[in-house]
Amino acid sequence: MMARNLFIPITLGLVIAFLIGPFLIIVAASFSGGETLAFPPQGFSLRWIAKVFTVESFRDSFFMSLFLAVGGTLVALILGIPASYALSRYKLPGAETIRTIVSAPIIVPGIIVGLSLLRYIVVPFQVGITLALFLAHTALILPYAVRVVSASLGNLRSDIEEAAVLLGSSRLGAFFRVVLPNIRGGIMSAFILGFVTSFNQVPVSLFLSGPGVRTLPVDMIAYMEIVFDPSVAALSALLAFMSIGIVFLAERFLGFSRYV
Amino acid sequence: MSDPKFLTLENLTLAYGDTVAVKDLNLTIGKGELVAFLGPSGCGKTTTMRAIAGLLSPASGHVKLDGADITRVSANKRNVGLMFQSYALFPHLSVYENVAFGLRLKKTPAAELDRRVKAGITSVGLSDYADRKPGELSGGQQQRVALARSMVMEPKVLLLDEPLSNLDARLRLDMRSELQRVQKETGVTMIFVTHDQGEALSLADRIVVMKRGAIEQIGSPEDIYNRPTSAFVADFVGFENIFELSDGRLKTPKGPVELSGPVPIAAGLAWRPRMVTLGSGPFQGTVRGASFAGNSREYLLDTSLGPIKAEVDAALPPHELGAELAFDLPIAAAAALRTFG
Repeated sequence: MMARNLFIPITLGLVIAFLIGPFLIIVAASFSGGETLAFPPQGFSLRWIAKVFTVESFRDSFFMSLFLAVGGTLVALILGIPASYALSRYKLPGAETIRTIVSAPIIVPGIIVGLSLLRYIVVPFQVGITLALFLAHTALILPYAVRVVSASLGNLRSDIEEAAVLLGSSRLGAFFRVVLPNIRGGIMSAFILGFVTSFNQVPVSLFLSGPGVRTLPVDMIAYMEIVFDPSVAALSALLAFMSIGIVFLAERFLGFSRYV
Repeated sequence: MSDPKFLTLENLTLAYGDTVAVKDLNLTIGKGELVAFLGPSGCGKTTTMRAIAGLLSPASGHVKLDGADITRVSANKRNVGLMFQSYALFPHLSVYENVAFGLRLKKTPAAELDRRVKAGITSVGLSDYADRKPGELSGGQQQRVALARSMVMEPKVLLLDEPLSNLDARLRLDMRSELQRVQKETGVTMIFVTHDQGEALSLADRIVVMKRGAIEQIGSPEDIYNRPTSAFVADFVGFENIFELSDGRLKTPKGPVELSGPVPIAAGLAWRPRMVTLGSGPFQGTVRGASFAGNSREYLLDTSLGPIKAEVDAALPPHELGAELAFDLPIAAAAALRTFG
């Protein structure tokens, strides 16, 4: 009985240690006063956090990542909302197949997605680096958009659209007047989930990055290969706090966890 | 009734893909009538209602309303109201905005819109709830919002899908009188769909009984209740002893049975349990089941005619299980069925 009572708290403790531990180490390391990335940190300073903002490539790649995350998520939603709507409202032939294909980028490892995009789309069609990254990120976000929006459409009765039509609205008008406002929370959740997924994406971006165009995580890896100072830890910590902040706000205002 | 042919359905055939739900239906409804479509699920009553609303376009046939053929007029231009069984209120809008929805689409001037919406909300007794969201209201209140939302549009026809079936007994009475009041005050033509004969009998001026995509019988509540013309309708309104007639004799599971007295020319005869005379008569039965139902006692008899259900006043002394009883099926009381099957 005793062993059983201890089993759950110990497991829980280990899970938390493995999930939160690395994050705490990174945060601690970013306040290091030393010259190299190390734990426990040597001394205390804010200079590595300050340095993050002075590295020019970080700034460029941050804005590239931001552009991909925001733009890719918007396009994924523009494609994903009608797709989810069609999948949930009409008995389409092969609906399950379509769902599986749309979900494929979640299931297939990022390295394979990146490699195949490079080999079969980017190289043969001479697609520019920025466009290639944009397409890849949109494809990666799409499954999340479809999933989250589908879940929130599933909670919505479809007869309210008919009610709107009988009150004089067109079918399309009914979608904008009574469907969209009621799945707004789901759409915001999909946006945040897509944004975070895209922003933290490494393997696909790794394949598609090229001269002068990199996403922030790829740039961080490149930076670490040359300079091994704590500024990477500082940047990681800043990004983690940004993600936590976004998710926190989403949960606070939209009830994010209901849709994921 | 100013226009007896206000709404007509002509040779209406409705289908979902290859499945025909309603076949060659003809029906005329007068202005201001309160009509019930009654039947079991799958009889086509809801499908017919959806076709009148324009949510389903017919495979063939015509729908005519107020002198115009509206068969090809889209649902948002028909001015037909529909109160959904689930109410279908817009969850993101307040009661006020739900009721105002249709008027806003019609670009009704602000002052008139406000006046009509407030009058609509007040008429269903919800003026204190105008700012609430549907999720904060009870089922009965939500239904009244749905009623106000439809009625504020001054529809030519108001369709109601199972308007009483989601309500408990007390609210049912409230809603019934509410609908009768609305009908009386506005004179709107109402059609409601139900599988509950009690609902149809208590609310409708005229009942259309449907079976497998066709009309089985049309009549006043008294007609339907007392004079069903087919075995199906008889069974549906509670005639539990139904026999086919052949050569003036009852066809029973145990062979033909002669009745005492002149038999009407009909395809079948039906008796409610209440119409069976217990204690005297030419037939014999054994009590197989007995139950007390407040005002009456119900017996299930095993007889030479097969199983018979009888219902007698509870004040009479009860019969034991296994008791042998004489009984009669009085011809004068029976409903004569024109069609059987």
